[in-house]
Amino acid sequence: MDNVIRRRTPGARLARAALYAVLIVAALFYLLPLLIMLLTSIKPLDEIGAGTLLALPENPTLEPWINAWGEACTGMRCEGVGGYFWNSFAIVIPAVAISTVVGALNGYALTKWRFRGSELLFALMLFGCFIPFQVVLLPMAQTLGWLGLSSSRAGLVLVHVVFGIAFTTLFFRNFYVAVPSELVSAAKLDGAGFFRIFWRILLPVSAPIIVVSVIWQFTQIWNDFLFGVAFSAHDTQPVTVALNNLVNTSTGVKEYNVDMAAAMIAALPTLVVYVLAGKYFVRGLTAGSVKG
Amino acid sequence: MSTSLSPERAARVPVKRSALAFLTDWIPRLVLAPSVAVSLFFVYGFMIWTFVLSLTNSRMLPSYDFVGFAQYAQLMANDRWWVAATNLVVFGGLFVGICLVLGALLAILLDQRIRQEGSLRTVYLYPMALSFIVTGVVWKWLLNPSLGLQAMVRGWGFEDFTFDWLVDPDMAVYTLVIAAVWQASGFVMALFLAGLRGIDDSIIKAAQLDGASLPRIYARVVMPCLRPVVFSAVMILSHIAIKSFDLVVALTGGGPGYASDLPATFMYTHAFTRAQIGLGSASAMLMLGGVLAILIPYLYSELRSRRHG
Repeated sequence: MDNVIRRRTPGARLARAALYAVLIVAALFYLLPLLIMLLTSIKPLDEIGAGTLLALPENPTLEPWINAWGEACTGMRCEGVGGYFWNSFAIVIPAVAISTVVGALNGYALTKWRFRGSELLFALMLFGCFIPFQVVLLPMAQTLGWLGLSSSRAGLVLVHVVFGIAFTTLFFRNFYVAVPSELVSAAKLDGAGFFRIFWRILLPVSAPIIVVSVIWQFTQIWNDFLFGVAFSAHDTQPVTVALNNLVNTSTGVKEYNVDMAAAMIAALPTLVVYVLAGKYFVRGLTAGSVKG
Repeated sequence: MSTSLSPERAARVPVKRSALAFLTDWIPRLVLAPSVAVSLFFVYGFMIWTFVLSLTNSRMLPSYDFVGFAQYAQLMANDRWWVAATNLVVFGGLFVGICLVLGALLAILLDQRIRQEGSLRTVYLYPMALSFIVTGVVWKWLLNPSLGLQAMVRGWGFEDFTFDWLVDPDMAVYTLVIAAVWQASGFVMALFLAGLRGIDDSIIKAAQLDGASLPRIYARVVMPCLRPVVFSAVMILSHIAIKSFDLVVALTGGGPGYASDLPATFMYTHAFTRAQIGLGSASAMLMLGGVLAILIPYLYSELRSRRHG
């Protein structure tokens, strides 16, 4: 719809102005919560009680951020969300790496080495993208117990890998379908094996889909709450769970500025990824947007 | 990259050929095997396992005393479940409907050769990068009657302005809609924009030459072309609605009381904090049923349209 014919009449100009006005109002709707969160996080507590949401801070302070990072109480403990922030990374990094590697190999095997039943196996795995995770919570808790992984970071990594593979396989399969199979057949005739072909032919062209898979998995796992709250203990909680505990702690004076600073801390990694690699983020969303 | 074989290599071929053929056949299967096993156990096995639990009288710990469909009967007689299920219909319907309208509208407006289109798109879509927990925390702050929007508007001089949905049992579920729409409507915009960009310009030009107005072109020519986009968006959004858990926990905690419970929070509360594993499992199975009810028609039509090109 780029080549619509336009006439430059006063009416058209008015319509144009209205168009921009609507778009800017919409932008405010999406931006204001973030702005208010930021403003609140650098206000001293007395200004929050006295002023309104949009009032600029008179004495801006980083105190709430420092407090949120290292001192604020999450449930029974008062050590901020900093440790949980690193917990999230300790869970996300191995889970993203493993699920991406497995997804790449699966996608490759499913497209370049088709065998009877491989489409069926793919369909079977794909179902993992669609189930509501409530249906696996109880058996998962018991299985993690059997494996000795209850409440551990390794247990959460396992859970995220298990339910992430369906997505990464989907990404890589759809990408590798479009890579010409002639290259692979020629290499097969030359006697190159499964892994050599992957390493020499598929991997060098895979950069875009690896980025999509990594960003998608990073965002999903970082933002996860359900698995985190069900399968972690104090020491191993991801930052989303810590944030929720902090905000819902009912003891003492409610420090809204600290809550907002903690929310910003929990949101920053995925926001940074979105700003730096938004294109790939959107591609991931539209390719596998069912993982709520 | 020559494929001709030297005499000595040719002599070895019969032996190597079978070994190679064996490997060629089996390496891909061996590579897929762990993932398939994982899916069978963790997805299908767990679904069956949860179903089995839903037929037992498990409470604090899983037990395997079968009671038939008694847990389902209990669920049907449970007020709190009906509140959660009704909330899902209200929340899901509004969430999907508003996201679709807002997303389509923004996409159409953005499609009018807008300056700074890229930055606007970035702004509309960024909430999707956030965790629902963060979204819940932020909106809990904005909707807090004594400090948030209500206080702000009152501070502007409208002393009687009231916007206390968050603490009103009848209205709390609508605050979930507001926050969820804020988070997901930009994503629907992106879907629609991609769909609009995929439409052949010549159809639109032809309609313009026939003298059709722009709104009319969108209503009669463009939107019908976007039916598949609408369909996908509805599927994805209803899926998000059924699974919504974090947003409820962070924004309303299911309250006041259990007025803004959804099936996902009902399931978690009963299975993990109220020692009602059997009942929780039954509710999880009903959620699965809900997802299947929207998924099966979707997959069916996807497969059919792919087959017909």
